Amino acid sequence: MQTHIAKRVEIIIEAPMQGRLTDALTRAGVTGYTVLPVLGGSGRSGEWTREGQVGRGGMVAVVCLIRAERLDMLLDAAFAVVERHIGVVSVTECEVLRAERF
Amino acid sequence: MHDILSLAADNLLSPMILCFALGLFAALARSELTVPEAAAKALSIYLLFAIGFKGGVAVADHGVDGRLISALLAGVVLSFALPFVAFGLLRGMTRLSITDAAAVAAHYGSISIVTFVTAASVLTSQGIASEGYMVAVAAAMEAPAIISALWLVSRAGSGAQRMDADLWREILLNGSIVLLVGSFVIGIVTGQDGMVRIESFIVSPFQGVLCLFLLDMGLVAGRGLRTSRGVLTLGAVAFGFVMPVVGALIGLAAGLLLGLSTGGVALMMVLAASASYIAVPAAMRVALPEANPSVYLTLSLGVTFPFNLTLGIPAYVAIAQAVTGG
Repeated sequence: MQTHIAKRVEIIIEAPMQGRLTDALTRAGVTGYTVLPVLGGSGRSGEWTREGQVGRGGMVAVVCLIRAERLDMLLDAAFAVVERHIGVVSVTECEVLRAERF
Repeated sequence: MHDILSLAADNLLSPMILCFALGLFAALARSELTVPEAAAKALSIYLLFAIGFKGGVAVADHGVDGRLISALLAGVVLSFALPFVAFGLLRGMTRLSITDAAAVAAHYGSISIVTFVTAASVLTSQGIASEGYMVAVAAAMEAPAIISALWLVSRAGSGAQRMDADLWREILLNGSIVLLVGSFVIGIVTGQDGMVRIESFIVSPFQGVLCLFLLDMGLVAGRGLRTSRGVLTLGAVAFGFVMPVVGALIGLAAGLLLGLSTGGVALMMVLAASASYIAVPAAMRVALPEANPSVYLTLSLGVTFPFNLTLGIPAYVAIAQAVTGG
C-alpha cells in the first residue's frame, strides 16, 4: 500500500479554549482536525481529572494531520491561541494514505 | 444561638450533607469511587431544570410584582460589587498577585447554584416559604462579577483578555444560565398545569438526585484539596471562611431593603455568600489564563462550598428568621 509522509500535530488545550483554537485553525486553512477528550493528567498547574466535572473544565486534544509544507502556517495559527494558556503542542512525523486529503 | 446550633445539627445529619461528606472522605482517602462526567452533567441538568421550573411555577401562582424587578437589579448590583469587597479582603489577607486575587474575587461575586439548590431544599424541609423568582436572581448573579474582575485586572495594567463577542456569548449564554432561565420561563408559562404533568419527575426524586450530586461535589472537592495541598496560604484559607460571612451580611441587608420574605432573605444571603465553581472558572481560563486555577478552584470548591453547606446555610436561615421574625 502506498503511504505518504505527513505531520501529526497534537494540541492539548484547556476545554474552554477549544472553539477559539479550532476557529483559528479553520481560518488558517486547515481542512480537518479531530477533537479527543482527555481523561486527566498532571503538569505544572497540578493534577486534574475529568471525572465528576460538570463545568467546561479540563483539557481536550485537537489532532491535525497536515502536509509538511503547511506545518508553519498551522503552528503560527495555533500559537496565537495557546501562547498564554495551559497545554502542550507536539509535532510528530507520520504516514497517511490518500495524501490529497491533507 | 440555640436555634442556629439546632438547625446546623439537623442540617449536618441530613442525607445531602452526609453524601457530600462521604464524597469528601472517599476522595481524601483515595478511594476509587467516582461519578462519571456524563452522569454528573446529567444530574446537574436535572437539578437546574427542576429548580428553575419550580421557581417559574411559584411565580405563575403568585404573580409578578415590582419586587421581582428590584430583586433582579439588586442581584446584578451585588454581583458587580462583591468582587471589589473580595478583592480588597484578598489584598489585605493574602499575598496573591493582582491577577490571582481578581480571579478569586470573580468567583465570590458570582454564585454557586448547588449551594442555592441545597438552601432551597433546607427551606422547604423547614416549611419556610421563599419567593420563586429567587431562581431568576441566581441566574442574574452569575455573570456580572466576571466583568468586575476583568476591570480590576485591566485597571492594574495586568494582562486581561479583551471582552470580545465570543466571551460575552459564552458568559451570558453558558449552559447553566440558559437551562435555569429557560426552565423558569417554562414554569411561568405552564404554571400549575405543567407542574401536575411532571411533578412526579421533578419533585419526589429531587432530594435523592441532590444527594448523588453532592456526593460527586464531595469527590471533586476532596480531589481538589488533595492535589492542591500547599497551594493555599493560611490567609487565603481564612478568606474562604470570612468572605462568605461578609457576603451573607451584605445579602442580608439587600434582602431586608427589598422587603423579601424570611426564605427570600435567607436565599439572598446564600447567593451573596456562595462562590462559583462551574461558570466562572471556565470564563477565567479564557479571560485570565495567567491566574492559577488551583487557587480559585480550591478556595471556592474546597473551602467556601463545604463551609456554606454545613455551617453557613443553617446560620443564614436562622439569622434571616431572627431578623425578619419569620
